[in-house]
Amino acid sequence: MGRINEAFSSAKAENRAAFIAYLTAGFPNETTFANHALDILEVADILEIGLPYSDPLGDGPTIQKSSEQVLAQGMTTAKTFELIAELRKKTDKALLVMTYYNPIYCHKDGEAGFLKRLKEAGADGVILPDLPPDQADTLIPLARELKVDTVFLVAPTSTDARLKLVTEACRGFIYAVSVTGVTGARTALPQDVPDLVRRTKAFSTLPVAVGFGVSGFDTAKPIAEVADGVVVGSALIKTIAEGEDLKALSSEIARACQR
Amino acid sequence: MLFPQPNAKGRFGIYGGRYVPETLIPALDELSEAYQTIGRSPDFLAEYHHYLKTYVGRPSLLYYAENLTRYCGGAKIYLKREDLNHTGAHKINNAIGQALLAKRMGKKRFIAETGAGQHGVASATAAALFGLHCTVYMGEEDVRRQALNVYRMKLLGATVSPVTSGTRTLKDATNEAIRDWVTHVRDTFYIIGSVIGPHPYPMMTRDFQSVIGFETMEQLELAEGRKVPDVVVACVGGGSNAIGIFAPFAYLPDAERPKLIGVEAAGHGLQSGAHSASISAGKRGVLHGSLMYLMSDDDGQISPAHSVSAGLDYPGVGPEHSYFADAGLANYVSVADEGALIGFKKLSEIEGIIPALESSHAIYHTLELAPTMAKDQVIVVNLSGRGDKDVTEAMRVMNLMEADNGKN
Repeated sequence: MGRINEAFSSAKAENRAAFIAYLTAGFPNETTFANHALDILEVADILEIGLPYSDPLGDGPTIQKSSEQVLAQGMTTAKTFELIAELRKKTDKALLVMTYYNPIYCHKDGEAGFLKRLKEAGADGVILPDLPPDQADTLIPLARELKVDTVFLVAPTSTDARLKLVTEACRGFIYAVSVTGVTGARTALPQDVPDLVRRTKAFSTLPVAVGFGVSGFDTAKPIAEVADGVVVGSALIKTIAEGEDLKALSSEIARACQR
Repeated sequence: MLFPQPNAKGRFGIYGGRYVPETLIPALDELSEAYQTIGRSPDFLAEYHHYLKTYVGRPSLLYYAENLTRYCGGAKIYLKREDLNHTGAHKINNAIGQALLAKRMGKKRFIAETGAGQHGVASATAAALFGLHCTVYMGEEDVRRQALNVYRMKLLGATVSPVTSGTRTLKDATNEAIRDWVTHVRDTFYIIGSVIGPHPYPMMTRDFQSVIGFETMEQLELAEGRKVPDVVVACVGGGSNAIGIFAPFAYLPDAERPKLIGVEAAGHGLQSGAHSASISAGKRGVLHGSLMYLMSDDDGQISPAHSVSAGLDYPGVGPEHSYFADAGLANYVSVADEGALIGFKKLSEIEGIIPALESSHAIYHTLELAPTMAKDQVIVVNLSGRGDKDVTEAMRVMNLMEADNGKN
């Protein structure tokens, strides 16, 4: 069983939702990033590491700005993998890479080379918000071969036909987007989240994690009641950017994940 | 289907596709369905052509540029006068088409991206005409360069939303428009201005713009007794005006196809890195929903584009152009900022027509090409827009260049 599956199994055994955290690679700088990652993994089950992209059209201002900043500081694909490899020496928790398709498509050794390096660095899966599974004909077989989990997204607008197609292509877990929109902390989430989780689960036995918009206990709690995992990104990045208490926020989310 | 490409999955050869967040996929399915049923229906097309005729002012003239022909001393040069359309460029052909479709689909709100502001103005115009609100995303740098168009959009009742992320140009305006669309997908129609974006946009925009090429065929037959010229020249940024005039010719059998030449913006020169020549100097990649030729670094980070013309200042080129380039159905060359400014001045002086800086790239290439051709040969240049919007920027850049030359 892969690390991602294990993370969800243990969370379930402990009657709680898994806490999936997102951090932009090398934000605000490489050393602080590594420390933050390890701090968060004290309470989180899975870490998504954002490989920064120049044109993150699925992201709101918080993650856009963090991506722009680390790219300006010289962050690259190779350096992101180095940061992951360093983390892997210190944690056995599941790590995923979240990025857009062009950095993979343009990798000097192609999609296969990208996934191979991702795996060698110690990451367990990949999340690509601009690559629906029907555009991933070449990536999916390569990922299966290398045992890299492919996490695709379902959305409130997804039809049953899309839910079927997307969930079948997922490995590890299914990422359900809570709102029609981009990433970013919100004070309240739509009423139809439980409905999307239920509809998704009708097509798959994989765990369903809900993300986009989770900002703290109040937004995390209702998701933890209905989903197998809660994803938090922008709120963490914002906390880091503003020099606020990251450990306090992570503990708050972890607490919200308890059922 | 008007043309043999794309296939059912929205691929022109390998290019195109739908690389967008899952949230948008059902909206794209809905749009594809609406376009195939409503958008190709005789009733819709009759209404579309009614507006083209009575509102846009089509057919646009195919003008025999006798002075320019004499000046070059070679092939006969015709100008397809898209600059004479209402709002001053070819963009209105597509904006009217998409807006009509949106209206029939029951959408309540328009959004659009714009570079030079021509598509923004065209979308704002269509919104005013059909009584809907339009929000136009425009990079902060372009807001500065194209102040006149910003005011025009506001006058037309649109909201202009300046974009401050990334390079603050068309690429970033497009990102922001897509973000708006993901957020308001249920009631908003995104009017994409070029032959870019996820399927069915490159096909739909191409179809609406292909009126340029079909008219050219008819008009050239009257003028020259033949439908097909020897050469067709058009500037290429994202590529909508070029596709509009190329498409009806590109899929003709090999023996009948004219030479199609797309002119990209070489900016400060292809070696400088500061250009917008995605085919001439780029590579394959994915941007704004499509696989296409684009400019990116080794890590797949999109490179900033540069052109003196805001409308060509885009780091990618539509999937159908990418396909034409690979298949040899069209040729792509590039002209630098300086050449474009020469084209801008020459056409103004010789023909009394001030072209858009975008179209000036095609004019400059024609100035070089026509003298090498025989007098019985025919070139058609797509004059995609008029230059009124560019006068201030052209003056500024020409003054800078003169100052530089003075120093050397």
